[in-house]
Amino acid sequence: MRMTGDSARLDPTDPLDPAASAGSSDGARHLSSAPVAIHDMTVAYHRRPVLWDIDFDARPGKLTAIVGPNGSGKTTLIKAALDLIPRASGDVRFFGSPYREVRHRVGYVPQRGSVDWDFPVNALDVVAMGLYKQIGWFRPVSRRYRLQAMEFLERVGMVDYAKRQISQLSGGQQQRVFLARALAQQADLYLMDEPFVGVDAATERAIVDILRELQAAGKTALVVHHDLQTVPEYFDEVLLLNMRLVATGPVAEVFTPENLRATYGGKLALLDQVGHRMTLDPSRS
Amino acid sequence: MSSPAVRFAAGGLLVLGLLLPGLDLPTASAAPSHSADGHLHRPIPQHSGTSISDTRIQWPSWQKLSDTLLMRHYNTRIVLLGTILLGIGAGTVGTFMLLRRRALIGDVVSHASLPGIALAFLYIELAHPGSERSLHALLLGALAAGLLGVLCTTGITRFSRIKEDAALAIVLSVFFGAGIALFTIIQKLPTGQVAGLQSFIYGQTASMTAADVKLIGSTSFVVVVVSALLFKEFGLLCFDEEFGRSHGWPTTRLDFVLMGLVVCMAIIGLQSVGLLLVVAMLIIPAAAARFWTERLGPMTLIAAGLGGVSAWLGGVVSSLFARFSAGAVIVLVGSLFFMLSMAVGRRRGLLPQFLNQLATTRRVGRHDLSRTLYEMLEPHLEQTGPDSGPDSGSDPLCLHLLVHDQILARRSWSTRRLTRLIRIAVSEDRLEVVEGGWRLTEAGAADARLVARNHRLWETYLVLHADIATSHVDRDADLIEHVLDPDLVAQLLEAVSQRYPHMGMPPSPHPIDPGS
Repeated sequence: MRMTGDSARLDPTDPLDPAASAGSSDGARHLSSAPVAIHDMTVAYHRRPVLWDIDFDARPGKLTAIVGPNGSGKTTLIKAALDLIPRASGDVRFFGSPYREVRHRVGYVPQRGSVDWDFPVNALDVVAMGLYKQIGWFRPVSRRYRLQAMEFLERVGMVDYAKRQISQLSGGQQQRVFLARALAQQADLYLMDEPFVGVDAATERAIVDILRELQAAGKTALVVHHDLQTVPEYFDEVLLLNMRLVATGPVAEVFTPENLRATYGGKLALLDQVGHRMTLDPSRS
Repeated sequence: MSSPAVRFAAGGLLVLGLLLPGLDLPTASAAPSHSADGHLHRPIPQHSGTSISDTRIQWPSWQKLSDTLLMRHYNTRIVLLGTILLGIGAGTVGTFMLLRRRALIGDVVSHASLPGIALAFLYIELAHPGSERSLHALLLGALAAGLLGVLCTTGITRFSRIKEDAALAIVLSVFFGAGIALFTIIQKLPTGQVAGLQSFIYGQTASMTAADVKLIGSTSFVVVVVSALLFKEFGLLCFDEEFGRSHGWPTTRLDFVLMGLVVCMAIIGLQSVGLLLVVAMLIIPAAAARFWTERLGPMTLIAAGLGGVSAWLGGVVSSLFARFSAGAVIVLVGSLFFMLSMAVGRRRGLLPQFLNQLATTRRVGRHDLSRTLYEMLEPHLEQTGPDSGPDSGSDPLCLHLLVHDQILARRSWSTRRLTRLIRIAVSEDRLEVVEGGWRLTEAGAADARLVARNHRLWETYLVLHADIATSHVDRDADLIEHVLDPDLVAQLLEAVSQRYPHMGMPPSPHPIDPGS
């Protein structure tokens, strides 16, 4: 069951970390057909590990927030899972299969800052990129696919901006275009990297609505999120990350002041507010 | 994005069709010193009868001009066709290079090719002394060395912490240095003749043969066809490589194909424009094209076109004035197009941007004045009771005299600004000059109402719905009805008329163009 890379693992389990030990002691978990199952993943940049022994199974049909301080490896987690950066060790499965076999079922929304917004394309062109796999090699984007891309723009409320060059969109609108491109893939699992950063309130609402729609359609989403305040409101599950996995599970159980302190090192005044909020709102599950 | 691919292929076929008949006329060859078999036996062109101190420019006759432009002579036709095809191919792949921020890779390829040329030359001289130096063998050497240069750059960037710009500089200079050193060795060989080799550095368009054109033409054709077929894939690679990779596109291999096309174009261009200037043919047309369009397809077509046209014009000029090297002239013509595009390019040119800015300033000024006048006259409207709108005969707004100092008192405008705004308003028939001041015309009154209403609605919108601000709406220019949905506008109207009960403006005024 284990991949060969596993033998090179430095430290099998961290005895202080209940989540990690729980993960690796339960061998059957690894066979699960969870939308994404990360097993003992370690990632290093230039010999310096940035993620250690991550064990995580996404619950199907749930919206999961990935939360952690800057530099805690949130983006790295997603990119390493998607084979975009090499893993030092560990195994990642999507729906029980290696990523390359089920790419079509996984949608990826990169950070907005990752592309050149001055590129000569309009919003519709970008969304159509989500359909390229469907279109196939060598074939141009025909009218049929442009219409299809338009439908996805419609879902994020951006039809009026289809013909705009992308640098002439606001940050929130750009994010919605990225989202529409991922929707166009019609995947079952979505990995989104900071979709809420720098967006206006209307876009935030639009993204939340889309997430809810996806969930209603039985899809799963893993979202890197920076705003602790809205975690209980937007998400079902949370993954607390700070180079290692601090805790994961339902928001009501895991999103506690103690866990957050363990994640952020107690330096956030915000933590108390969040704790307060959690106690005020115990009805959430 | 469908049509560019098709148009590309069609264009390529057309070009090939033009090329082939040209090649079927070897009997017309007027170039006795050039054999058409692709072998390198070329004297450096001697400008007969002119010495270096002779700086007179010989102007060509009309006959010569038209002959050259229309490619009447076989020799001209060969040279021009070759350079045009080169320009088209280079412009096409150059677009992707520019967008991939690899503008300098062409430079690396061309410089890195030099040691390859020298080594190929040495090999032929030493292994088969006395045999004819085949151009193809030299180009093969150039190709290998150019590819090696690209691989070194990629390798250094990927496996060390050296950044790409430094890697480019290192590879470029090391390879070029090696090439120069090898040239020195060749010069010292008893049989060594560097004469033909020098042309690779500065280019020697005039000595192009039919075989060269065939090589350039077929390479450009392949490059254009591959670019057309992989148009959407290359676009994705340039725009968002990571997303492409996460989708399962083999981005590394696509990158290699694209690099391969660039290497081919750069090597093919060596001979005619020279290794120092090849990069210009790759990048300048693409950079110029960017000023005219916001789409990748048109940009690629424009770049290919500009590449072809500047090659043609450059070739014509250099064949009319024997003193000018074709490579240099082609690049100069290309940069002329670039400057022109930067100045007046429809999308991003400086002049359109400036005019846009000017129009915005003017519009803002017009709206400011209209709104100020409306607010000045508003108390009078209250006195005359609820105003019934512009449709009921003469507009009450037109009845009142507007005095310079009163307007000035309401705004912190300079007298000069106000005078200018009023002059524009009078010239546009929104104000009429009367004894002691001005009066609004009917059109001016309607404009004032519209502007004030729109302004207030937007203001109210921002106050009531600040959380869903519509960014990138030009609140001054866009009528609120064109941006927000009718329900919301009705709601805002309600709020506004509570604050300004006398306003009573019709909910949907007929659009008025006060400029007319």
